[in-house]
Amino acid sequence: MSLSRRDFLRMGFLAVCGTVIPLGSLEILKPEAMASLVHPYSKRKRWAYVVDTTKCVGCGMCVKACKLENEIPFNADVQRTWVERYVQLNSGEVIIDSPRGARYGYTSNDPQGRAVEQDEIAKGFFVPKLCNHCEKPSCVQVCPVGATYATPDGVVLVDRKWCIGCGYCITNCPYFARFFHPVVNTADKCTFCYHRITKGLNPACVQACPFGVRKFGKLNDPDSEVFKIINTERVAVLKPEFGNEPHVFYIGLDHIVR
Amino acid sequence: MSEPIEGHLVHGAIWTIKELYTYPNEYLYWTVHIVIYPFLTGLVAGAFVLSSLYHVFGKNELRPVSKFALVFSLALLIMAPTPLLFHLTKPWRALNTMLTPHFYSAISAFIFVYLTYMSIVVAEVWFVFRPFIVQQAREKTGYLGLLYKVLTLGSYDVSERALALDHKISKILAAVGIPAAALLHGYVGFIFGSVKTVPLWKTPLMPFIFLMSAVISGLAICIATYIAVMTFKKTYICLTTVRSMGKTLTLFLIIAFLLESLDIVFHAYTAEEFWAILSEIIFHRFSVNILVLQWGLGMIVPLVLLLIPNAGLIRSFVASCLVVFGVFMMRWDVVIGGQSMSRSLAGFMKFKMPILPTSIDAFREGLIVVIFLLVMPFVLLYVFNKVLPVFRDIFTEEECEIHTKEISRKEAHT
Ligand code: SF4
Ligand code: SF4
Repeated sequence: MSLSRRDFLRMGFLAVCGTVIPLGSLEILKPEAMASLVHPYSKRKRWAYVVDTTKCVGCGMCVKACKLENEIPFNADVQRTWVERYVQLNSGEVIIDSPRGARYGYTSNDPQGRAVEQDEIAKGFFVPKLCNHCEKPSCVQVCPVGATYATPDGVVLVDRKWCIGCGYCITNCPYFARFFHPVVNTADKCTFCYHRITKGLNPACVQACPFGVRKFGKLNDPDSEVFKIINTERVAVLKPEFGNEPHVFYIGLDHIVR
Repeated sequence: MSEPIEGHLVHGAIWTIKELYTYPNEYLYWTVHIVIYPFLTGLVAGAFVLSSLYHVFGKNELRPVSKFALVFSLALLIMAPTPLLFHLTKPWRALNTMLTPHFYSAISAFIFVYLTYMSIVVAEVWFVFRPFIVQQAREKTGYLGLLYKVLTLGSYDVSERALALDHKISKILAAVGIPAAALLHGYVGFIFGSVKTVPLWKTPLMPFIFLMSAVISGLAICIATYIAVMTFKKTYICLTTVRSMGKTLTLFLIIAFLLESLDIVFHAYTAEEFWAILSEIIFHRFSVNILVLQWGLGMIVPLVLLLIPNAGLIRSFVASCLVVFGVFMMRWDVVIGGQSMSRSLAGFMKFKMPILPTSIDAFREGLIVVIFLLVMPFVLLYVFNKVLPVFRDIFTEEECEIHTKEISRKEAHT
């Protein structure tokens, strides 16, 4: 049988289409291809945290409680949790500060030490911050010795006995949740009060907040208030663009929050 | 709020000045040692490439500098990791990186990359100087004789066949060393490029930018040191050798300049969220550093000096010193400038280098240690020069003329 070049090309084309198209549709129909690319939270049963910024008054009780509970020298200007103040003026200017991490609370109208009149302010609010115990922690990724690690229940910890103090993790945390502990001189950060939560207690900051701003619990646990909020309300996380998948969720976040 | 600032309690607080809004935990954690570390590894890579130009690429006019460049790169290589030891808050745990290396981290591979490269350089030095070592081991007595005897490693065979083999091996080592040098330094660039939180660092160009600046700084420091040492020893310097080095330097200088400007142009054009603060750094806060010192004095002026024909010794020396200075400024601007933008993108930090060692931290990250780290490679070179004939392989005027003619013949040919 002889085949003209034209026939050969035509048949070849049909044969290729005939196999590729059905195979291609198989690919599209695969269940994982149908699944969404948006993951609202971890699929694991892990610890998570909710901050309701709308209720925060900036009293700083949480910061104080954390410093005492976790033995971070009180006067040292590093903290595992802190509260930021955002003031947006009528002029559109934004002033942000967090003097002493707010461990003494906010008591006067003086963002960045500037006297600001009440009627100059368009909006103002407080944002408590802490380590986000990221699902994909960039701090853990870069530790050269594996001294910082994530536990199976979603908490990121530092091994003080093994940390060499290179500061790579501190540099690679988008939220600057980390610092060098002033006494032991190794990387340090919020542990969700791991020593408490493994005993069934709440983290010290959650316990200390008089206004119910801070909430703590397990994800994927139907009895958990935190899970209910994350699942049913409109929540946001800080700096999602870094891909860390932070697991501290915020209610009432504003776009000026850093 | 009347409480005094107990800055000494917090690592980083004594040399960080904060402006506007920075996170409460935010200080400059990577400071001057993270400037010196890539600076030194860069010099290593550049010096090694220079020595290989003779061994591998047959640039015969570079014979007088090839041994010197090789030994200098060893001296620099020995010092390269020391800034890291000063930087770590727990330096005695440094070996943990070998015990439990976490390979997702760019730093964890450091020791392995470093040791590989070190063995290549040490082996090459040994093969290149073996005939001399054997000769000394036979002639010298006393401690020095013993030292040379140990250095022979028991191999006294200097027959023609053995030497030919040595030559072949050192050629292979020099060839393998070039990608290894590129790896060592490209890898240092990766350490920065992979830090996603610092906008100035987060670019895939980083390894190449670092590599090119490494090559120019290494070439330049060799040119400058060579001219200085030879002048000091009142020895004849073959201008053709210097010009040949200058030509290579010019070539890499152009590539380095293009890469660095590409990076900035790209940031400016895509103008992501951080461009506002990054442009403030480049055009205001670090404008003298980046535009005047790093680019103007460190790249454009030397480029002009080198491109004007018939560069003499003084012009080459000045251009080379400027290039070395410019690369140091580049490291400074990348490391300190990069971090001086707050991660909040709403504030700045300034670095104030501790001058007096008023505390352990102020000593570790202070001026005295910096001077020590920058002077030590020259001290090591001096010591090596006492043991090995680093500068003895020079051209006589006749030899120089032969090579000059050979080069102009080749140039006329092309
Ligand atoms: S917030 Fe920072 S320190 Fe905490 S887990 Fe995420 S990257 Fe790590
Ligand atoms: S400072 Fe410690 S925990 Fe952080 S990356 Fe370095 S060794 Fe790991």
